[in-house]
Amino acid sequence: MDNSHIAIELIDVDKHFGAVHANDKVSLTVKTGTIHGIVGENGAGKSTLMSILYGFYQADSGHIKVFEKDCKFTSSRQSIDAGIGMVHQHFMLVENFTVLENVILGTEGGALISESLEKARKELTRLGVEYGLEVDLDTPVESLSVGILQRVEILKGLYKGAKILILDEPTGVLTPQETDELFRIFTSLKEQGVTIILITHKLREIMSITDQVSVMRDGKMVAHRQTNETSFEELAELMIGRKVLLNIDKSESKSGSPVLKVKNLHVSNEQGIERVKDVSFEVCSGEVLGIAGVTGNGQGTLLKALTGILPLTEGSIEVFGEIITSNNHLGPKILRELGIAHVPEDRQRMGLITEFSASESALLGYHNDKQLNQGLWLKKSLVRDNCESLMSAFDVRPADPKLKSSNFSGGNQQKLIVAREFERNPEVLIIGQPTRGVDIGAIEFIHKRIIAMRDAGKAVVLVSVELEEIMSLSDRIIVMCDGQITGKVDAIDAEERTLGMMMANVLNPSETNQEAQP
Amino acid sequence: MTRDTRLAWINGLMLPLLNVLTAFAAIAIVFVFINVDPIEAAKIVIYGTLGYEEGIGYTLYYATNFVFTGLAVAVAFHAGLFNIGGEGQAYVGGLGVALVVLAFDPSISPWIVIPASIMGSLLFGALWAIVPGYLQAYRGSHIVITTIMFNFIASALMVYMCVHVLREVGQMNPQSKMFPETAWLPFIHDVFAGIGYKIAPSPLNLSIVLALLFSLLVWIFLWHTRWGYAIRATGKNTTAAVYGGIKPKKVIVITMCISGALAGLVAVNELLGYQHRLMLDFQYGYGFGGIAVALMGRNHPAGILVAALLFGILYQGGMELAFELPNVSRHIVVVMQGLVILFCGALEYIYKPWLVRFLAPVEVSE
Repeated sequence: MDNSHIAIELIDVDKHFGAVHANDKVSLTVKTGTIHGIVGENGAGKSTLMSILYGFYQADSGHIKVFEKDCKFTSSRQSIDAGIGMVHQHFMLVENFTVLENVILGTEGGALISESLEKARKELTRLGVEYGLEVDLDTPVESLSVGILQRVEILKGLYKGAKILILDEPTGVLTPQETDELFRIFTSLKEQGVTIILITHKLREIMSITDQVSVMRDGKMVAHRQTNETSFEELAELMIGRKVLLNIDKSESKSGSPVLKVKNLHVSNEQGIERVKDVSFEVCSGEVLGIAGVTGNGQGTLLKALTGILPLTEGSIEVFGEIITSNNHLGPKILRELGIAHVPEDRQRMGLITEFSASESALLGYHNDKQLNQGLWLKKSLVRDNCESLMSAFDVRPADPKLKSSNFSGGNQQKLIVAREFERNPEVLIIGQPTRGVDIGAIEFIHKRIIAMRDAGKAVVLVSVELEEIMSLSDRIIVMCDGQITGKVDAIDAEERTLGMMMANVLNPSETNQEAQP
Repeated sequence: MTRDTRLAWINGLMLPLLNVLTAFAAIAIVFVFINVDPIEAAKIVIYGTLGYEEGIGYTLYYATNFVFTGLAVAVAFHAGLFNIGGEGQAYVGGLGVALVVLAFDPSISPWIVIPASIMGSLLFGALWAIVPGYLQAYRGSHIVITTIMFNFIASALMVYMCVHVLREVGQMNPQSKMFPETAWLPFIHDVFAGIGYKIAPSPLNLSIVLALLFSLLVWIFLWHTRWGYAIRATGKNTTAAVYGGIKPKKVIVITMCISGALAGLVAVNELLGYQHRLMLDFQYGYGFGGIAVALMGRNHPAGILVAALLFGILYQGGMELAFELPNVSRHIVVVMQGLVILFCGALEYIYKPWLVRFLAPVEVSE
């Protein structure tokens, strides 16, 4: 295989989603037979870029060349024909089919599939031997472990003739041993001339397996590096970057006694996978505790546990003298009544009901409130007044309580939610991603309100993937990686670089897997 | 007019109207095939349902049943549940009515017997829905499957009750003995006669007042109480409902109770109002009709009243056709209903893309 060939060339690819500029004139060159890493924070535009390459989305402008031929993909089929295979973060497999049946899905051939099954069996056995990807072809997929499922996905791509494999966060669900195994497969694929594009936010993986690495931030491609000429530190800095720091006038915090005590907390998510592992911290009145980390490292699950949405599996949460344990679960209703307000991470799915009017969404969580009910009736006029006062206090535009929640911009939806939660004067505020997808003006506004709540003596827990948000608002910062706390610092001593490395957990290499075995 | 209001008009009024008209056109074609002049048939239907007092009475009497089952489906729908067990819930509601009425001594005042038997219908309808509701909420059995299975169980149960338990002594018919007159819900023609107006007798009884009352109650309940809020929140977005401190499992069970209770009221109209005894299959077809009524009525009580009236007209109109025209069998009712359900239910959105394209195109924005 001629290594001078260019497998993929993207020139000035541009993509908007409404007001969001997901890909801003992105250019990328991937050489044939190499492993090319693409890193960036969540929302940096990596997945959008790959979806364009795989024909899920069409770019607004720009060119795509695959093996030096101009291509225009309007469906994934065309992309497959051009030799691109994609392994998604969430596997696209039919659970109760066998491996073999899954692999031929989409290429069954004639009315009787026995012939193509036979052909596939031969071909897959050959591929398995050649690339070290042996899988029992007759096992139903549902009984396989995730590591093996991933192999099936890779096999599927290769069987369809992929010369370029794109893997989106492939190690997110793998154990360290499975990760090692995957990297071994990558190496042998590379030796056979397959090009691999690896999308991840884990710098350790980039350093150990890739040949080149490209860094994305805010929809832009900010740097291309030879892996052996760069370092953790440089990549972390490039990845997090420096955006306009919103200056916040904030005084020294006057923190009081601990209000919220979390001890040895373990929590599993809705699918029963443990996402919070042995987390302990305290939050005092009058302080903001920032929780930093790359999305999906357990912060979301932690938030749900703190607000009663998910039960604990181990450990305890102590708040207002109540001790919550795995045996003593307090739901969101009780916690809210005790004085815990929650601004959820996902405002569209959890924070409001998009099909409800603004005044009805402004009621969520408080529909049992005596101030809004008169006897049996939920008084329409009181509900409207409530919404109007929230809207005027937080400058929600348009100030129309009857408007459907989905018709407000992201920033105004968020302001409405923040208003709903803050105006009740709670003692503890649990805030997730307060400014995700929110315009600059609203960001500043929300930040000021958070500080105002802190100065009023409230205890604030702030989870954000925006490092600068964490740094500018928090008094103390803890960093989570893979469900564990990997660092605790006072905000004054915090530096982006060290936080970035804590987020990738590269400061304590002993805790994660070692270098991949060649 | 903003695009949203246009869309609301399209969804709320134009689509149902167009669908009904299409269904009528299809019915007309069926008539042509069986050698019936569609114009003449239309005349018979209109006169037979709205043209004279007795016809109107019958139309409203049938519509009353559809209001109850339509409301039942709609309430469940607002919680995101598809209750297709209205048939069984109405049927078992009849058992509630009969057991209460037959338990009372005939000498007890109607002011006690009638409310008590109405409660019986509500309670038994609710009981028949609570089991599927519980299984959905706590065991994950799909409500569509369980409610439809419960229709069959209800059918078997009622046959058993009518044949072995409640059958009148010395009678061959599988039906209970006649209810005492104290348990009869007054006919509307009797009520009118009481205040000096003479109208033709028909099965129309005070249940229609009950239907209007429950339409109002359902509206208030869903949109003006905290429980209604919890139901709608659960139906629209369960994640957000949980966040808001609502317990979806509880909501599912409670909603199914209310839904089943509403379906149970069919028994009040049929048994207390007209038949005056428990008999087999008195609810036949109303439970399923209610699904179409709720769909057409956009799950809103006001819409359901209109849709129920349309179904009342179809029902009574079909009967009239079978009576007036020798080559039309009474099964024409089923054909007409079926076509309306097909076009209003299954093919509900068939015109939507065109209407949206012409009347509310997506605004091009930068």
